[in-house]
Amino acid sequence: MAHVARLARLALSDEELDRFTAQLADVLEHAADIEALDIEGVPPTAHPVALVNVFREDVERPCLDRDEVLAQAPEVEADRFRIPRILGEAP
Amino acid sequence: MRTTPRSALAIAAGVRGGELSAVAVLEEHLASIAAREADVHAFNLVMEAEARQRAAAIDEMVAGGHDPGPLAGVPVALKDLLCTRGIPTTCSSRILEGWVPPYNATSVTRLHAAGAVAVGKTNMDEFAMGSSTEHSAFGPTRNPHDLTRVPGGSSGGSAAAVAAGFASVSLGSDTGGSIRQPAALCGVVGVKPTYGMVSRYGLVAFASSLDQIGPFAVDVADAALVLDVIGGHDEMDSTSLPGAGPQAARNLGRGAEGLRVGLIAELAGAEGIAADVAARVREAADALAGAGAKVEEVSVPSVRYGLSAYYMIAPAEASSNLARFDGVRYGLRVPGNDITEMYIATRSAGFGAEVKRRIMLGTYALSAGYYDAYYGKAQKVRTLIIRDFEEAYRSFDVLLSPTSPTTAFALGAKTSDPLTMYLNDVCTIPSNLAGHPAMSVPFGQGGDGLPIGVQVLAPALGEPLMFQVAEVLESLARSLGGGK
Repeated sequence: MAHVARLARLALSDEELDRFTAQLADVLEHAADIEALDIEGVPPTAHPVALVNVFREDVERPCLDRDEVLAQAPEVEADRFRIPRILGEAP
Repeated sequence: MRTTPRSALAIAAGVRGGELSAVAVLEEHLASIAAREADVHAFNLVMEAEARQRAAAIDEMVAGGHDPGPLAGVPVALKDLLCTRGIPTTCSSRILEGWVPPYNATSVTRLHAAGAVAVGKTNMDEFAMGSSTEHSAFGPTRNPHDLTRVPGGSSGGSAAAVAAGFASVSLGSDTGGSIRQPAALCGVVGVKPTYGMVSRYGLVAFASSLDQIGPFAVDVADAALVLDVIGGHDEMDSTSLPGAGPQAARNLGRGAEGLRVGLIAELAGAEGIAADVAARVREAADALAGAGAKVEEVSVPSVRYGLSAYYMIAPAEASSNLARFDGVRYGLRVPGNDITEMYIATRSAGFGAEVKRRIMLGTYALSAGYYDAYYGKAQKVRTLIIRDFEEAYRSFDVLLSPTSPTTAFALGAKTSDPLTMYLNDVCTIPSNLAGHPAMSVPFGQGGDGLPIGVQVLAPALGEPLMFQVAEVLESLARSLGGGK
């Protein structure tokens, strides 16, 4: 569970880890009822509608207003989203 | 005592004809909100000033000889995961608290263009994950019929707003039953349209292959009116269906003579379905037969496995969709020394327990070594459910089942046991997995005097027939004296 939490970018307390582990075990146990079905050779369905690529005419048109979008960002610098450093300390 | 009508059709007709003022209609709804909202808590935000301005503008249009449209002056409530430009949209989550979207959802734009008056943003389970509206960062909504009970969820605020007379109609979203189940518990009509019928542009995504926007209304004709306004192709949603749109009102008034109605055996009397709910559904089936429909029981074997498939597929899609809430572009940011620390601190502080639980479940179901065992299998079950529905619709025009296994339950009764909460969705989930339309119609009360809903299911694009049968059920429920 701690590994899954890391994958999900969540920090869970020990109490949360214990509680979620038990609760998710219940759900997985219930989900095991599908073992009763014969799914051999059944194709998977990812989506209810047969998806096809949708293209639009390659013409310029207005997009969201940059200032309005950036006004919602936690931190902005020079018309860009500002984030903490993504690489380790410089050597 | 109300002096203006509850029905959207009646309000719009009155306002368009100049006999009714949009301002007067709005003021009555705002008065209802002032009287009961503190108890019910249907809204995250009441847009009083904006609504008053808008209603006055509608009246001016009419006075100037212009037609505001088919929803002229109709007060509508919007689930707080529909983007509204310049108006906060929270998804009932701390992680989006204070966020002001820079654009409108297509469904919101269409309501506006039809003359509707938005009165507020409604409370919900955080990111639409829940069946009781108790998983809201801003506190639960209560059922207007009994304040000790839940309104259902996740669109509980939108259901309660219509049931309490705070709005004539409202919009919700339905991923596994989030419109139909609260509609049933609050005694109103709730519709999940065919997947792709209503644009998802501007709907904050939970599980993209399952989510659909749909209406709540006091009656079937109002629900059809709203769906016909918001439905139809939208180039901003690549999964939006081309074609003629829902045509929900097309068959209204045609009765049930000769229609083939199948009562789903696996759901009508399934384990966990309360006796009073099962009894009302049987009565509904009998009443339809009395109205000339050919009613028979039908087996749709794989539907009973829908819940298991759903609770792999929906969390898997959610874990991916909710990756966007990372503190970079909008919403909450909790600082960290590097970007990964910032992500983790932001998400851990911003998401509530149920959202974390589903992200964990979905991440696990998709993780290396487990994908085939969980997500892969669930996708195959999804295929089986679609096949079984196809088989049933070879012999039947529409299907019938309970909407919710029970009437509204007490606040707090199921919050500590997620699996028990998830079981609420057993009758509604199969339609989402198949992408089919389904709706809940009030049909009498339970032993506790609370509303019961009957679910009408139809194949993809089957809205005209679904609404036709739903309208007959509605009038039968009324002639049975509210179903006893």
